[in-house]
Amino acid sequence: MSGRRRGGPPSQSLGELELFAPAAPPRRAESPRTPSRSARQVPPPEPREPYVEEVVPGASPAAAVSVMALTATARDVLEGAFLPLWVRGEVSDFKAHRNGHWYFCLRDGDAQIRCVAWSRDRRRIPAPPDDGMQIAAFGQLTVYPARGEMQFSVSRMEAEGDGLYRKALELTRARLEADGLLDPRRKRAIPRYPRRIAVITSRDGAALRDIHAVVQRRCPAVQVVLVPAAVQGESAPESLCYALDQVARWRGADIVIIGRGGGAREDLWAFNDERVARALAECPIPSISAVGHEIDMSICDLVADLRAPTPSAAAEAAVPVQAELRERVREYANVLAGLTADQVAHARVAVDAVAQRMPAAVVRQIDRRRIDIESVAGRLNAMSPLATLERGYTITRSREGKTVRSVRTLERGAELDLVFRDGVAGVTVERVPTPSSGSPASEGES
Amino acid sequence: MTFEKSMARLEAIAARLEDEELDLDGALALFEEGIAELRAASAFLATAETRLKQLNESANGVFKVTDLRA
Repeated sequence: MSGRRRGGPPSQSLGELELFAPAAPPRRAESPRTPSRSARQVPPPEPREPYVEEVVPGASPAAAVSVMALTATARDVLEGAFLPLWVRGEVSDFKAHRNGHWYFCLRDGDAQIRCVAWSRDRRRIPAPPDDGMQIAAFGQLTVYPARGEMQFSVSRMEAEGDGLYRKALELTRARLEADGLLDPRRKRAIPRYPRRIAVITSRDGAALRDIHAVVQRRCPAVQVVLVPAAVQGESAPESLCYALDQVARWRGADIVIIGRGGGAREDLWAFNDERVARALAECPIPSISAVGHEIDMSICDLVADLRAPTPSAAAEAAVPVQAELRERVREYANVLAGLTADQVAHARVAVDAVAQRMPAAVVRQIDRRRIDIESVAGRLNAMSPLATLERGYTITRSREGKTVRSVRTLERGAELDLVFRDGVAGVTVERVPTPSSGSPASEGES
Repeated sequence: MTFEKSMARLEAIAARLEDEELDLDGALALFEEGIAELRAASAFLATAETRLKQLNESANGVFKVTDLRA
């Protein structure tokens, strides 16, 4: 009966007769594999048949089983007896075959087992192990029928001290470096005044929210455009590459931020993918990488034009503070008005200097030049952003044309010009504050 | 004209205005151009709310930026 063997230790020696006993295969109920193997094609003896050597497979030369049946059955038994499990040991004889499969041994003491990592099962293994590395490998114990050997089929692997992850990073880094993609001279300056920032990240992640909040606070004039991508899981590298390609073809952004919030190392792994790094290096838009937290360093960080420790920091680096920009614009307005006024004053002085040395006939001509200058000065004032006359402010000038900046420079009866948006009015001062009282008057008001 | 270009142009205009060799008409022309740049820059800075957008690409490779629904 099958109940007799279920749960028995796997080391129990199995006789040939038992192998082909009519009982159900010695397979655990949880095992996903189906028991239909070639060995099962051997018809089991009818239960009511007498126990005769000629009938039981393998019990006599006449009933000998094929090698194929034997190895296949051995495989069934092993796979049934062992659930996939972690095995610890030292790697030796590692070989990466052309066909993409890896072959190696795991050893400790005097024991060893042959291992294989099929190319399709390798996706979760960051890098090939080195000989001598202490690893834990997860896999299924089985039989390799072509050699009649026991074999451990590995699908996951962890090395001591993150050895495999470090190795994977080093390998990728070395390849990128060989192609010159890590050269600091490749790094482009991040535009100081972006209008639009493309953000490659997950639509639902914290990164997008953080970046939006920072941009809203610092410089709401800048538009944040999400280019959605998967940032973790097996499809993430391809998805990130596609988003980078979109940004490159769109050309509508001034800066691209690529990243995601913090997570487990496996969750951040897509940003260490070589394909993603190369796509980022090729992106024609200056890039900022922002992967995880400050301590997380990714391959993308090395390739991007700027590395930001977090998505929020990336946004801070990408956009200026709007209030500071306004201040800068105001400064330019001042500089512009001041310099132009200087030019006019310079011209005035030059004309006056010439006029003093000229006979009357010529002076008339010079006067015309003077009128030209004054008309330029008038237009200048009319356009001046400082005056902001259109908003109802006026400029107060003395009859000599000097701007009145303080009420304390005025005396009662002084004659002034008020420059409005559409013309100039002459006025006379009636009252001035007594020297002790009176606020420090604001400029130009009368 | 982008904000960045406006600011760069203003910088250049200011530098030229500092040059005393300019004739008056030239100075005025620069001033007028500067005012236009200042207006463009100020208009950009008038925006008070970031619009969160999403990039969409149609099957024929045409890009459209649409509002991202929260």
